[in-house]
Amino acid sequence: MSWPEFGIIAFRVVVTFVLLLVVTVINVWAERKILADMQSRIGPSRAGPWGILQTVADGLKLFFKESVIPRKVELGMYLLAPFLAIIPAFLIFMMVPWGKPFMIGDHEVALQGADLNIGLLFILAMSSMAVYGVVLAGWSSGSKYPLLGAVRATAQAISYEAAMGLAMVAVVVFTATQGEGGTLSMAEIVERQTGTWGDISPVLSFVPRWNLFPQFVAFVIFLVAIVAETNRAPFDLVEAEQELVGGFHTEYSGMRFAMFFLAEYVNIFSMSAIAATLFLGGWAGPTFEGSLPGLISGSLPTIYFLIKTYAIVFIFFWLRATLPRLRYDQLMTLGWKRLIPAALTWLVISTVAIGFRQFGAPWS
Amino acid sequence: MSPYFESYLTVGAFAALGVVLVLGILGVASILRPDNPTKAKKLTYECGVDAVGSGWSQSYIRYYVFGLLFVIFDVEAVFIFPWAIILEDLGVFGLVEMLVFIGILLLGLVYAIRKGVLQWE
Repeated sequence: MSWPEFGIIAFRVVVTFVLLLVVTVINVWAERKILADMQSRIGPSRAGPWGILQTVADGLKLFFKESVIPRKVELGMYLLAPFLAIIPAFLIFMMVPWGKPFMIGDHEVALQGADLNIGLLFILAMSSMAVYGVVLAGWSSGSKYPLLGAVRATAQAISYEAAMGLAMVAVVVFTATQGEGGTLSMAEIVERQTGTWGDISPVLSFVPRWNLFPQFVAFVIFLVAIVAETNRAPFDLVEAEQELVGGFHTEYSGMRFAMFFLAEYVNIFSMSAIAATLFLGGWAGPTFEGSLPGLISGSLPTIYFLIKTYAIVFIFFWLRATLPRLRYDQLMTLGWKRLIPAALTWLVISTVAIGFRQFGAPWS
Repeated sequence: MSPYFESYLTVGAFAALGVVLVLGILGVASILRPDNPTKAKKLTYECGVDAVGSGWSQSYIRYYVFGLLFVIFDVEAVFIFPWAIILEDLGVFGLVEMLVFIGILLLGLVYAIRKGVLQWE
């Protein structure tokens, strides 16, 4: 590997990482501020302008907090669990292209952690891995409520993961018809959503070519599934204070607890980014190349990506302010009796429709 | 180096950076924070009241059934993703084949629902 290539990889890794962390810190603040607005409170207002440094202040505070390890814990697993929770959360975001690739000399710089050809499968794998962090944290704590919380979290995550995967398959089948052959690469999926639906009918020439329109049902299923997958309200039974105290991380304190907290917010952002990439076209959008200065038209895709992702992140916060928590049996009923059959049925309908377009009707 | 290995190398670098970052944060915290465990502090917190009995509790057998069902749907994903990618090459035969597969899967789910194993009571 030559030095410029190495530099590009280092650049991609570091910039993606920094972007993820900065955005997560802002998200924690944004959630508190938005919730406060929705509940007619002021919210954080002291640290920095509009309290924007509140998260930083909280983080600094946690550095100085004692991290008590109870006597009954399984020490090895107890120490390993925060890593297992947060590393997959980081790795998920890696697959998301957050800007249009550009050229430096004759090297292409993709604004994305890495473009694996199995990108979507990698995301599914990593979101499964994140369950281990939760299970081991609850199990190793040697305490009843964390154990219950962990079992609940696992059952919930695996239930909604099935629906999430099936919604993804519908998108993959559809994407395969939009270009040369099928693909699981996130960069390629975005590439195929650039432009408009103008080729179908001139009326649609102002409608962007997002998967959202043909795959709207899959989008709704995916959205519900990612809210459940990240254990957010109204699916936050994992940390239902009234019955389970703090859930699986009750026995964690100080910086070790902060790792679980960080993982939750990293997951919210990455999952929203994936939803934006699969259904809302990721960075795709008009860049006005030629009529705007190069720097502005070059950074517009990144801005589009952030706007789309934040639209979905906002839905997360909105849901939390609006909906009461589900009961556990309602959660399981929704997952297995509504969402999975709906996802399977949609997959069949959408695939048969695509089959008619690609292969023609069987009787013709 | 081929782009294939290069992208996996990037994934490795990213994971390593993540581990280093978490280790760094926890390391710095362990230097800065006070550390004076007492006997009372090292008790299991649970819910604030002194814990009764062992740290273990029984959980509902239903969770196990859901675990089994999940394995079925996860294995299904293993079959269905490759199929989704090469659907165009497989043609009508591949399409019908997978419809039969999904049909059997749906039938199984309906059977599980009718049997009441997904009932949470």
